This record gives sequence, C-alpha cells and structure tokens, in this order.
Amino acid sequence: MTATAELFGPGSRPVRIGPFSAAVEHRAVVVTAVLLLAAAAVAWWNMISGSAMLGASEVIDSLLGRADDGAARVVLEWRAPRVVFTLLGGAALALAGAVFQSQTRNPLGSPDIIGFSTGAYTGALLVAAAGFTGLWATPVGAVLGGLTTGAAVYLLAWKRGVSGLRIIIVGIGVSIFLGSFNTYLLTVLSLEAAMSVATWGAGSVNDIAWVHVLPLLVIIAAALPVMLIHARDMRLMEMGDDAAAGLGIRLERVRMVQFVCGILLVSVVTAAAGPIAFIALVAPQLALRLTGASSVQLIPAAAMGAVLLTASDAIARTEMIPVSLPVGVVTLVLGGAYLVWLLVTMGRSRKGVS
Amino acid sequence: MTTLHPDLGTACAKTAVRLAAQGLTAGYDQRTVLSELNLRIPDGSFTVIIGPNACGKSTLLRSLARLIRPSAGEVLLDGSAITSLPTKQLARAVGLLPQSSVAPEGITVTDLVSRGRHPHQSLLKRWGREDEAAVRQALEVTGTAELATRSVDELSGGQRQRTWIAMALAQQTPILLLDEPTTYLDIAHQIEVLELCTQLQRQGRTLVAVLHDLNQALRYATHLVAMRSGEIIAQGTPEQIGTAELVQEVFGVAARVIDDPETGRPLVIPRAPAPD
Repeated sequence: MTATAELFGPGSRPVRIGPFSAAVEHRAVVVTAVLLLAAAAVAWWNMISGSAMLGASEVIDSLLGRADDGAARVVLEWRAPRVVFTLLGGAALALAGAVFQSQTRNPLGSPDIIGFSTGAYTGALLVAAAGFTGLWATPVGAVLGGLTTGAAVYLLAWKRGVSGLRIIIVGIGVSIFLGSFNTYLLTVLSLEAAMSVATWGAGSVNDIAWVHVLPLLVIIAAALPVMLIHARDMRLMEMGDDAAAGLGIRLERVRMVQFVCGILLVSVVTAAAGPIAFIALVAPQLALRLTGASSVQLIPAAAMGAVLLTASDAIARTEMIPVSLPVGVVTLVLGGAYLVWLLVTMGRSRKGVS
Repeated sequence: MTTLHPDLGTACAKTAVRLAAQGLTAGYDQRTVLSELNLRIPDGSFTVIIGPNACGKSTLLRSLARLIRPSAGEVLLDGSAITSLPTKQLARAVGLLPQSSVAPEGITVTDLVSRGRHPHQSLLKRWGREDEAAVRQALEVTGTAELATRSVDELSGGQRQRTWIAMALAQQTPILLLDEPTTYLDIAHQIEVLELCTQLQRQGRTLVAVLHDLNQALRYATHLVAMRSGEIIAQGTPEQIGTAELVQEVFGVAARVIDDPETGRPLVIPRAPAPD
C-alpha cells in the first residue's frame, strides 16, 4: 500500500489477518532476529569452549546422549545450565531495565542504579548475618531484599502518584544508604560467611546449576506475558501521565504490575548469580538505538540483554585472562564506560532526560 | 445585561448537554480547590474557561477529564458518573490535550498521532483500517499531513501543538478538552490553534478549553465560563458576560470594554493608571 508508506515512511507495514491487525516495523523485526542469532552463536561458543577441552563434536554427542559419563557431566551439568542461565538472565535483567526506564522516563532509571540490586545484596547479607545457611538462604534473602527495597523506594517517592525523577533520586539515595550498610554488614560477618557472600556479591555465574535456572524460567514465563500485555500502555505513559490517562490507561495499575514484574526478574537473577551490574541499564538503550524506535521495546531489549550477558560470560571465561573473572566484573567494566558516556551526553543535550 | 450568577442564563439551559459537573468538590491532597461547583457544557459549543491564576480552572478541566477524582459530587457524561465508566469507554467519548506532554525522543508525527487510537484498539486489533483512516483524517484536518514522517523533535512549536491536537483528534471523541492549548506559542501560532478549534467546533465537536488570554477567549468562545477562587462567577455567551464589571470582579482589573472592530465581540482594554 503506497498510501501507508506516505503515512509511516517505508519502514512499516500493516499486517491484518482475521481479527488481528498490527503495524509491523521491519527494522525492529530484523534487529531482534539478528540479536537472537548473535546470542545463540555466543551461547554455542560458550558451550564448546572451556578448560575441560570438550569441543563441538563432544558437546553434540552429549546433547544427543551418546557421550561418555564424564563428558556428558561437564556439558550437561556444568556448561549447559550456565549458558541457559546467561541467556535467560540477560533477557530478564534487560526486561526489568526496560520497564523501569520506561516508567521513570529516564535512561538512568534502571534497577541497578535505583537500589534494587543493592537491596537484594543487603537481603543476602542480612540472612548470612542472622546465621542462616544452606542452598536457599541467599536467594530467598536476595528476593526479599529486592522486593522490600522496591516497595520502600516506591512509597518514599509517592506523592500524588509516582514521578520518574523522584523514583530515581529516592532510589539513588536508598542505594547509597544500603551500599554503606552492606559494607558495615560485611565487617561484622564471620570471615567464612563474608567470603562466601562477597563472592556472590561480585556477580558470578561460575556455580550456576539447573536448580538456579528453574526459578528463573518460572518467573520469566509468568512475568513476560503480563509485561507484554501492558507494554503498549507503558509506552503511552512515556508521554506523561495526563496524556496517558486521557487515552484511557489506568496508570497506577500498569505501573504496579510492571514494577512487581521487574523487581521479581531482577531479584531472581540476583538471587542466583549476585548483582550483575549494568545489563539492565545498557541493554534497553542499545536496543532502542538499534531499532530506531522512539519508545522502549521489550523483546528487542530482552534479546540484547541475552547477547550482552552471554558475551560478558565469554569474556570472563576467556583463557587469555589469567584469573577467572566473575561475569559481574566484566559487565561492571563495560557498563561503567557506558554510564560515563551516558552522563556526559545527557549533560550536553537535554535529550533523553525529561 | 450581566448574568453574575452561577445559575446559568436561560439560553443554554435549553441546549443539549452531554458533559456536566454536579456539586463537584475537588482538589489536591487536603486542599480543596473547587467546592460544590455546578457546570453544564452546552453540546456543540466551544466553551472557554477563564479566570485568574490558581482560580481552579485547570482543576476543573482535569476533573472533567477524570485526571482528578472528586472528593464529593460527580462529573456526569450522558447522565452517568464518569468515575463509574470503564476508562477506555470514557476515552472514546472525551479526549484531552494536556498542558504538558512529552513526545518520546525521535517519534514521528504519524507515530504520535497513531497513539490517539489507543482507546479503540485491543490486544488483537492493534492497527485496523479505521485506525489508519482516523489518523489520516486527523493529520489532514490539522494540516500536519505533509509532516507525517518527520520527527516531532524537529518541528516548530506551532507544528508540534498541531500534532498533539491531531493525536487528540485521532481519538475521535465528540468532546475534546484542551488545557491551555496556546501557552508557549507565539501570537501567529496561537491564532492558528484557536482557528483550528473553531473549525473543529463548527464540524460538530464540543470543545472545552482553558485560556489565559481574555480577549482571545471573548473572540473565539461560543460559551464563556468565568471563575474566581474555585467558583463560577458567570457564564454565558461572550456578548452576555463580557463586561467591564465582570473583568473587575473576576480579575480585579479596571477595564473598558469596547466592540472588537474585527468581530463585533467584546474587547477588553485595561485602563491606564491615573496619572498623579
């Protein structure tokens, strides 16, 4: 339809099948497909590389159930859960980042900046300080810490509804407070407990097993459809509360749903792997720039998150680096550079800050 | 003749009314801005609400749009309280041009205007033929069709405001509320927007706007509502209520009112301070 091209430019086309209709952006579809392929490629690279010297053929044999027990164990019990976790965890962090950036209307409004990761760490430390040990102690503490911090930031920022900038300012304040509290908690813990929590606190996927992947899978399966249903309302809310309300959007309901989903996603990843910084901050913004879209897009962001976390893991495991790095350190370095760039460009032009 | 009484003149009591406020009490937090206010918006009118700063005119408009929940009383649409209507159903009847909206960075004019279709869309029906037709029509009416694929960031203030109006028009509501649609625009663009409002009203829509400029209100409104301290001081046609007494009472400004040589409507000229 030439008329549609005049209306939307060449990049979009209406799709109408029976009762279904939508305007499809070519570029977003292509970018998402390329990102998913890239994530799959890096994931495969992570599957076939490692100190156990098992290459592609052994990995394929293991996946088909033809390999010996030793190889199968390395591939299926050690490498596979880690690879699946980085794919899903990266996507989960990016989804959480996307909803918080959209709701705060600010690229800085990501869960790692506004204190939810720090809060999850505090939860884990408190559990350790209280003397709880065991497989579930740290994850449960982290999820509770994340949710409590989220609720606290939301309530402290509440004033006739919640504004984006206030959430960020309150969140940064809470984050700084909890950060120093975390440092204090580390000093009072027993050396052994402190060591174990500190390893977790660096953000590492080294010890990921299927038992960590399962809760992540469940939360994503539950949260993603809910988030997608509310995705368009969320994008309209980026125009301001009044404009969105005028279009018939129930602001507080959408906001609450997206917040709870986002915090659950961050907390479940943090619970398993520790606070992995910056994926949530960077992935949605990179996806936004690649797709050329004007509002946060969930699926491209999730694909970008999967690419970033698997790639960070590939760098962390590379044998060129003499020490085994936690993946959180890699994302911290990459994301830190991005944050500096973001702050500099935000300072120069007021674009992106509203 | 002046009608300095909240009970409106007989002229509009006979007209059909779809949107009305009844005993409306509303405000922010503990502060009551409007108390027990009654208002009927004549159907097919271009109603303009005027009054000094902080008189509650924006609060009234926001209450009509259900952005503020009344603490007592009701806003009625076709006789039923708008708080009882499903949000999307209300959004198909009453459109809103808010005072401040944020255009997402890099969004095109068409994309922005398309967002006005939200109340007509559903999970499955995201971009039907009638959506496209409505957007096309909104672009044409507002003269933004040739800007369709441009980014909103690049537009002039007047073009941008017309784009926002186009978004509200794509919503295809019989009633349109505009909160200070001319603020921050230069005089040429103010006139452009007000002429567009008049055109829309003549095509059969009901418009309610908050305006700051008294003379523009007198010139363009078909129905004028004057407010002070949360109360309606007078309402009626500009000719009925556009008097020096009203300007004195509402704004506390001594003024002469003459006939506008262009339109014959009342024109307010503040008096010069007496030389001493």
